[in-house]
Amino acid sequence: MRPGSIAIIGAAETTELGRLPELSQIGLHADAALNAMADAGLRPSDIDGVATAGETPVSIAHYLGITPKWVDGTAVGGCSFMIHVRHAAAAIESGLCQTVLITHGESGRSGVGRTRPPVSPSSLQGQFELPYGPMGPPTLFTIPVLRYMKTFGLTHEQLAMVAVVQREWAAKNPRATFRDPITVDDVLQSRMIAYPFRLLQCCLVTDGGGALILVAKERARDFPQKPVYLLGTGESVETPMVSQMEDFTTSRAFRVAGPTAFAEAGITHADVDHLMIYDAFAHLPIYGLEDLGFCERGAAGQFIWERNTAPGGKLPMNTNGGGLSYMHSGMYGMYALQESVRQMRGIAPAQVAGARISVCHGVGGMFAASGTIIMTNEAA
Amino acid sequence: MAEGKRARPEPTPETRHFWDGTRSGELRLQRCNGCSQSYFPPRPFCPRCASREISVFRASGKGRLYSYVIHHRPVPGFTPPYAIAVVELEEGPRMMTNIVDCPQTPEALVLDMPLEVAFERLDDEITLPLFRPARGALS
Repeated sequence: MRPGSIAIIGAAETTELGRLPELSQIGLHADAALNAMADAGLRPSDIDGVATAGETPVSIAHYLGITPKWVDGTAVGGCSFMIHVRHAAAAIESGLCQTVLITHGESGRSGVGRTRPPVSPSSLQGQFELPYGPMGPPTLFTIPVLRYMKTFGLTHEQLAMVAVVQREWAAKNPRATFRDPITVDDVLQSRMIAYPFRLLQCCLVTDGGGALILVAKERARDFPQKPVYLLGTGESVETPMVSQMEDFTTSRAFRVAGPTAFAEAGITHADVDHLMIYDAFAHLPIYGLEDLGFCERGAAGQFIWERNTAPGGKLPMNTNGGGLSYMHSGMYGMYALQESVRQMRGIAPAQVAGARISVCHGVGGMFAASGTIIMTNEAA
Repeated sequence: MAEGKRARPEPTPETRHFWDGTRSGELRLQRCNGCSQSYFPPRPFCPRCASREISVFRASGKGRLYSYVIHHRPVPGFTPPYAIAVVELEEGPRMMTNIVDCPQTPEALVLDMPLEVAFERLDDEITLPLFRPARGALS
């Protein structure tokens, strides 16, 4: 993708976030999609490309009344939507389609109409991880962190600070699920989930959705909202089994996706005004800051502790409150993208004054996959 | 006490040798005949050089504690709190496991402590490779 050649011209979340038992998974996709189409002034007949995860593109296209010429069903977990953005940009630029709708919806809390299949006992995870008693992401995503702590001396207090800082951002956001201030002590005294992770270091579980609409930059000014341009994109995958990560102190998928996006964008870290790093658990912003090159290896815990990513800090990060305090339906990447779009439009509740470049970095599975999207509000 | 049964692995043709091994008291890994890489989980080719010329061999069963979490919520077949661990084998590959014959506490579960395999029979077909502190390692 040539930097700036593709624009996001429609973006919206579901009308509400939180506990929404009145909407099924596909209903959440549709609510977000209808909001995004209204945001862009488009109808289903204007859409000719569909990308989604959780549901299939077939289900979404049929449910919304869309006749696509291009679809992408990449489903690699919570960063699937970053990867959809990347694939959609390539598809539009090469002429496969013109107007792409990307949808997410997930009844993570209420569990209405969920489609996630169980892990087969004959899969490699089923044979070589499940028998040892993991129960979802809180017990798998978290396994590498003790090795990181021993290698770099990251403290429990520093790991707790991640949640404290994100709650400070959430306090500025009326749509955030949790907005009351918390302290490091509060985090370290919250209920133990999977040592060393306590409740306040684990993401929320909520219902919601989000959708994006992309077009070529030549059409970007034909729509009512301020366009947000794509500057750089990256993606990668590593392993479906967290136990088989090459290195427990760094994510190979992060180290491919992030630098690929930076190289495409042609920017340096000093150019970045706003950052989103998918935070299903408190260690993820630490891995992300290092693997994307914002911090030296082993330095991100102290970087956050010194309030560099907090309100007033030099690198505002996870300004919606993140998966730890804003919302987390399961595949959170869409909400990180939405916050980057808001920041680039200049309409975020905790708006970073004058922000021109936003980096949005996602993870999928338990360090299984990654996608990075760099956006700007300045036309090339 | 633990309620229910833990998740039971279902062998496939490509992994059968591993489960046959644990049932007979052997931890079996694979090694590339060409590049000598030892690897896990099982597959009939080398993940480093793609050679199909590979061998199954009996691993030492020794390793060290690489990382873990201690889970505090109930899961069928487990009594919380219990550790879900990753062991790094002497031969190089890592695998998920549980640590037995050891308190399930951060104080007792020290990273890099030496471990040895301890086979736990689930049924006639499946025996799991668990690990315990190596003899002489605990004072």
